[in-house]
Amino acid sequence: MPSPEKGAGTRDPVVRLRGVSKEFPGVLAVNGVDLEILPGEVHAVAGENGAGKSTLMKLLSQVERPTAGEVEISGETVAFRGPGHAQSLGVAMVYQEFALAPHLSVAENLFLGREPARAGFINRGREKEEAIELLRRVGLEVDPGRLVSSLTVAQQQRVEIAKALAIDAKVVIMDEPTATLAEKEIEELFGVIRDLASRGIAILYISHKLDEIFRITDRVTVMRDGQIVSTMSTGELDEDRLVRMMVGRQLGNLYPKPEVEIEEVILRVEGISRGNFLQDCSFDVRGGEILGFAGLVGAGRSELARAVFGADPIDSGTVELEGKQLNIKNPRAAIEAGIGYLTEDRKGEGLALQLGVHENTTLANLPTRAGFLNLKAELRTARRRRDELNIRTPSLRRKVQLLSGGNQQKVVVAKWLETRARVLFFDEPARGIDVGAKAEMFGLIGNLAREGRAIVLISSYLPELLNMCDRIVVMRQGRIAGELRQEEFSEERIITLATGAKEAA
Amino acid sequence: MTSTSAQEERGTSALRERLSGAVSQLAAAGALIVVFVFLSFASSDFLSADNLFNIGSQTAVVAVIAIGMTLVIITAGIDLSVGSVAALSGVMGVTLMVSFGLPVPLGILGGILVGAIAGLVNGLLVAFAGINPFIATLGMLSVARGLTYISTGAVAVFGAPDSFRLLGQGVLGPIPIPILVIVVVAIAGYVVLSRTRLGRYAYAMGSNLEAARLSGIPIKRYLTMVYVIAGALAGLGGMIAASRVNSGQPNYGLGLELDVIAAAVIGGASLFGGQGTVVGTLIGAFLIALIRNGAVLLNVDVFYQSVIIGVVIWIAVFWDQYRRRLAASE
Repeated sequence: MPSPEKGAGTRDPVVRLRGVSKEFPGVLAVNGVDLEILPGEVHAVAGENGAGKSTLMKLLSQVERPTAGEVEISGETVAFRGPGHAQSLGVAMVYQEFALAPHLSVAENLFLGREPARAGFINRGREKEEAIELLRRVGLEVDPGRLVSSLTVAQQQRVEIAKALAIDAKVVIMDEPTATLAEKEIEELFGVIRDLASRGIAILYISHKLDEIFRITDRVTVMRDGQIVSTMSTGELDEDRLVRMMVGRQLGNLYPKPEVEIEEVILRVEGISRGNFLQDCSFDVRGGEILGFAGLVGAGRSELARAVFGADPIDSGTVELEGKQLNIKNPRAAIEAGIGYLTEDRKGEGLALQLGVHENTTLANLPTRAGFLNLKAELRTARRRRDELNIRTPSLRRKVQLLSGGNQQKVVVAKWLETRARVLFFDEPARGIDVGAKAEMFGLIGNLAREGRAIVLISSYLPELLNMCDRIVVMRQGRIAGELRQEEFSEERIITLATGAKEAA
Repeated sequence: MTSTSAQEERGTSALRERLSGAVSQLAAAGALIVVFVFLSFASSDFLSADNLFNIGSQTAVVAVIAIGMTLVIITAGIDLSVGSVAALSGVMGVTLMVSFGLPVPLGILGGILVGAIAGLVNGLLVAFAGINPFIATLGMLSVARGLTYISTGAVAVFGAPDSFRLLGQGVLGPIPIPILVIVVVAIAGYVVLSRTRLGRYAYAMGSNLEAARLSGIPIKRYLTMVYVIAGALAGLGGMIAASRVNSGQPNYGLGLELDVIAAAVIGGASLFGGQGTVVGTLIGAFLIALIRNGAVLLNVDVFYQSVIIGVVIWIAVFWDQYRRRLAASE
């Protein structure tokens, strides 16, 4: 691994920002940033949501025009001419939601807009040859003629990276590249990143996952309120210090697990099967208990939650709530019985983004009077939940689209609290929200358990489960692989169960 | 921050949230006023009682159907069949009066019912069979028109009682009855959209269908109801149109869906769903009617009317998207 300190003295930066600012009406999103990116380094940009990371990346990739300052690429000051220009200068962006055309082939996507042509016709032979070479460099062995829609998410991401190589990128910006990847795929991605860096390509790595920053990056730039707090060598940092720099204050316990008297079984699930997704899954969860679900991506955790909640039809199995057998055909039946499900994808499945905070809060349980909506009661309810959950919004009518991730998540919680659910499934509740909001979210989950509700917490980030849960169920390939009591908790045990590796005797 | 200033901030901000939703309507209303003032000066006949009366009655068909269309568009759907359904309702309603001797009010109700049934089929196809609304209602556009020709032999149905004229041509005191119909349907539409589950769920389904389903909303039932209402209002529109010529015309309403969709879109309804209001749609309907009326008064070639309306749609949608981009980048 190259030593960044030595590199800083000997290599000329591939990107240099000088006093770069971006002002939106009323907001100074990026404020006088100076930053140097060196060839061959993996450089993390860390900070809470709204710290200005994304805007800074957009300035670099020329999606946005800076209101002040200079951007230098390869030693030359560049004029602003839009994203195509930035690409031609060697700045490539791998978006969180990939910018691929799903109905075109891999090769067609790789050369989209720059098709190798001869006499006006696309030279398919050359396109294919070059595609194979590019794919090899990102460790992807698929036929370039395959449609992108037939690839897995991890494979599509490789295509995105190959696309960056196709334009001869000097800097590749990756925005939360592991958000949808399984652990093994993350490891492979890191291999590709290291390989690119060893060829002198600079990687700008944006992530909320602190462990990844420590695993893969050489240097870290921390942003807060649009400014750079500090740029440091990753080796000089530890997690505590990084978090402190990001939030600008000492954080309390990230995982405030409450001491709760665990009560009777509230939800009992027996023998649920659904096609290839779920096989004979059984578990129970008690009042006041936080039950964790661990497993690799695709192990069936969300599928099981959705099955219990009636979101997907099941082939067999029973669900009992407080001793009564339920007949759950659809989400409405589950909600009426007292089960709530906070989806993993809160924008895609959790919120009506164009509606206000008040309308989302009451969506699952509309207050009515004589058949008409009781709008006053609705505002009252929303105001109460806003104060209780500390939802930060300038107004109750604010479209939830315009709220931060953490506050959106709280609106989802508010909606489910309105249903008086006895059992709440939280599916990756901390995904995509910043550190401060995470602590708040887990505090909230703890409070809900303290009120005697049964909580099921699905998470791919083990520290969350190990710190918050009373028991952890591990799933593998659609089955329950095992269950751990609190005194048995360890990352190794969970990973062993989740991957099916034989336990060392 | 003191609590009073926090409250004030919330107050002004809440006001701004409310206003931002009304901006596209304000723009359309502004356009409506500009066109109105312009025509008042440009044509001496424009402000005559006869002409205004005429505009009101002409608008009724588009406005009434467009309110149903707004509901559908809010759910991120579309109903292309309204023109054909209006024609089918018109000939069926008149036939019920002429051939089956039904009294006029029952004949009108019969026409509305025919529209509602067509809407029910649309709704079942969309909600239960999972057919894309564009295609489902495109099929109904063809089916309803075909049934109209089959049932009439492609010949207009005459002979309705004279009192049937009242619906499209009558007055109650100084007020044209078609205008009263607009008012009643608009108030009902406003109440449904802002004060009932159906309205709220329409916005929620249009904004995020899966979130609506996972929130326990019976989406199939409510989607179906939305298309039934749109069909019934197309039926009512068809009866008003039939009353204006006191006959059921099998060729009525060819291309009517364009004016209806345009009215909703000019009024701020988003084809992506989740947005649209009755007030906006009414403004859109009247704007189209004014443009058509003004074109006639100013002797503009009828073919240019279509061009003008098309350009107005472009401007309205462009303005709306521009405004929304501004709001999103806030």
